[in-house]
Amino acid sequence: MSIIYFLIGCSVLLALVFLGAFFWAQRNGQHEDLYTPSVRILLDDEPEETEPEK
Amino acid sequence: MKQAEIDKQTTCYHCGNDCADERIEQDEKVFCCNGCKEVYSILSQSGLCNYYSYNQHPGVNQSKATQRFDYLKEPSIIKDLIDYSDEKFTIVTFYIPDIHCSSCIWLLEHLNKINPAIYQSRVDFLRKQANIRFDTQLITLHEVVSLLDRIGYEPLISLHDVVKKQAFDKKDNLVKKIAVAGFCFGNVMLLSFPEYLGISVYEQSFRQFFGWLNLAFCLPVILYSGTGYFKSAWTNLRNKVLNIDFPLALGIAVLFVRTAAEILTHTGPGFADTLCGLVFFLLVGKFVQRKTYYHLSFERDYRSFFPVAVQVIDGINERPVPLAEIQVGQRILIRNNEIIPADAILLKGDARVDFSFVTGESVPVSKVLGEVVYAGGRQTGEAIELEVVKPVSQSYLTRLWNNEAFTRTQENRTKTFSEKISKYFTIVLLLIAFGSFFLWLPFDLPRAISAFTAVLIIACPCALALSTPFTMSAALSIFDKNFFYLKNTAVVEQLAHIDTIVLDKTGTITISGDAAITAHITATEAERQMIYSVCANSTHPLSQLICQYLNSYIKLNTNSYYEVPGRGITADVDGHFIKVGSAKFVDVMQAEALSAKKTEVHVSIDERYIGYFTIQQHYRDGVSAVQSLSSSYRLYLLSGDHGVRA
Repeated sequence: MSIIYFLIGCSVLLALVFLGAFFWAQRNGQHEDLYTPSVRILLDDEPEETEPEK
Repeated sequence: MKQAEIDKQTTCYHCGNDCADERIEQDEKVFCCNGCKEVYSILSQSGLCNYYSYNQHPGVNQSKATQRFDYLKEPSIIKDLIDYSDEKFTIVTFYIPDIHCSSCIWLLEHLNKINPAIYQSRVDFLRKQANIRFDTQLITLHEVVSLLDRIGYEPLISLHDVVKKQAFDKKDNLVKKIAVAGFCFGNVMLLSFPEYLGISVYEQSFRQFFGWLNLAFCLPVILYSGTGYFKSAWTNLRNKVLNIDFPLALGIAVLFVRTAAEILTHTGPGFADTLCGLVFFLLVGKFVQRKTYYHLSFERDYRSFFPVAVQVIDGINERPVPLAEIQVGQRILIRNNEIIPADAILLKGDARVDFSFVTGESVPVSKVLGEVVYAGGRQTGEAIELEVVKPVSQSYLTRLWNNEAFTRTQENRTKTFSEKISKYFTIVLLLIAFGSFFLWLPFDLPRAISAFTAVLIIACPCALALSTPFTMSAALSIFDKNFFYLKNTAVVEQLAHIDTIVLDKTGTITISGDAAITAHITATEAERQMIYSVCANSTHPLSQLICQYLNSYIKLNTNSYYEVPGRGITADVDGHFIKVGSAKFVDVMQAEALSAKKTEVHVSIDERYIGYFTIQQHYRDGVSAVQSLSSSYRLYLLSGDHGVRA
């Protein structure tokens, strides 16, 4: 059963990684605007303009 | 299909307005005004016609008068507006009220197709803000703003943009604290699970291991997430106030001490799960409260309405000057639709000032030369020149806004339920805790300590602290749905104690500007003209109604004009003495006039009674509901005229 020590260590480490990821996202301002990106993703990029043939 | 085609031909391609009367065509598209066409041409030249494909008629009508942005050339003003600047690029955030659809987002984020000097722009749709990064060498702030204005997205730049920056630093990392508390809470719950189910005798070593881990997870909760409660309790204690944070902090501290003691002495599992859960939920409650408050808060003040700069006339030149640098004695120029930023004396021009921002009365007030015009009015009509008599910070409106009545409320307001109760609660709690401690002390020390801590833990007012923010925010969101807005959450509680209701008449009970007027006068055309001339001088709503009714006349010169507030006016027109006002004021003897059931305006010329106007105002829908309130509340009506009609 001593494998539990290792497993708990892993799970805590993983949880800490997620916590770190959340902190990073928070500091990056990803939670400041929760609406606009949902619209932005639906807007298409324009096709690259091709040179008009002469 | 046919309908759509007709629609296409009669509505503006840009803004969707009806353009049956005036149509301007370009590229087989119809526009209602030159402004809309102009926007379309700019967009089509830059290959941004996608703008029109995301939504039908995404534009905003462009026929309105455009503002002048000359003041954006002043370096001192630019410095206050921008977020960041160096030699290469500048970042600025604008509030753009016209952002309303996905096309707006698309267009504003493609500004660099119109002008490559704009590197990047990001729109925050809900805040209606655009964050723009542009090349400092190639384009100026003034050009960026004019570009936005040309494509129909005029940024609203107010004094608020300049002053706000200092106030925005207040951040207490609430989200981070919640994240840490939640992280610890989840892990502690997981590690406490074996304890709940029971650990067999062979696996006792796990019990200790889990205990140590739990204690380790409690540390960040106490040292990081929960610090706010300790700080608040301490400052309140120093100010000799017992607020709800004190028993909370005490509960948290006792929980931690007891948990640590039990784990360190191997006497039990402690309360690590309770401790982390409590702090986590308390913080979530705080977060919910703040969220609703931000959603409903009305943080705007006079600064949101004031411009950043004003045109100052300097000899013959005029130049924009930031509001803070306006000095007494300077001559300022106010154009149509501009707000007068400081108390000033009218020097030149026909001032018709709309004070709706200050008084709520939207009918413009005429001012004569030499009269003092208070700050906050909006000039309608031609440009006027004024001389500043008081600096912006000391003007009537600013003082009104910063009036003690508004600021003092913080200390003087009725205490909320939790504030009132927490004082007694804490005292009783401490009494019981120490009582039980001393009761057990002579017989059994461990039990005395255990009883003492148990009381403090159980009686920790977490229920009150948790339910208050959730209840308040639920109440506020219900009000919000019914279009009822409050200044802060504490007001919700005070609403329950209301026993008197005061209603404003004009605009609240009656619909302003929509009154039926009937004339019962026997007057010649010349006399009617005199009545019109007298009433045209007054800003009283009734006089304005009479003017509207008799609007075909030309105003004559009036002398010795005198207005008795709430009664009537007297004036001299072409040698005739005219009295307009209430029955008493005009001294009416006729029995018919004394019926007093309707609003009546009586007129006499040279002491000869001419007749009267009856004004029947339309009530708003649902006024009858007000009557039903009278059983539970005392009702009052604020009104400038007849009391009988209430």
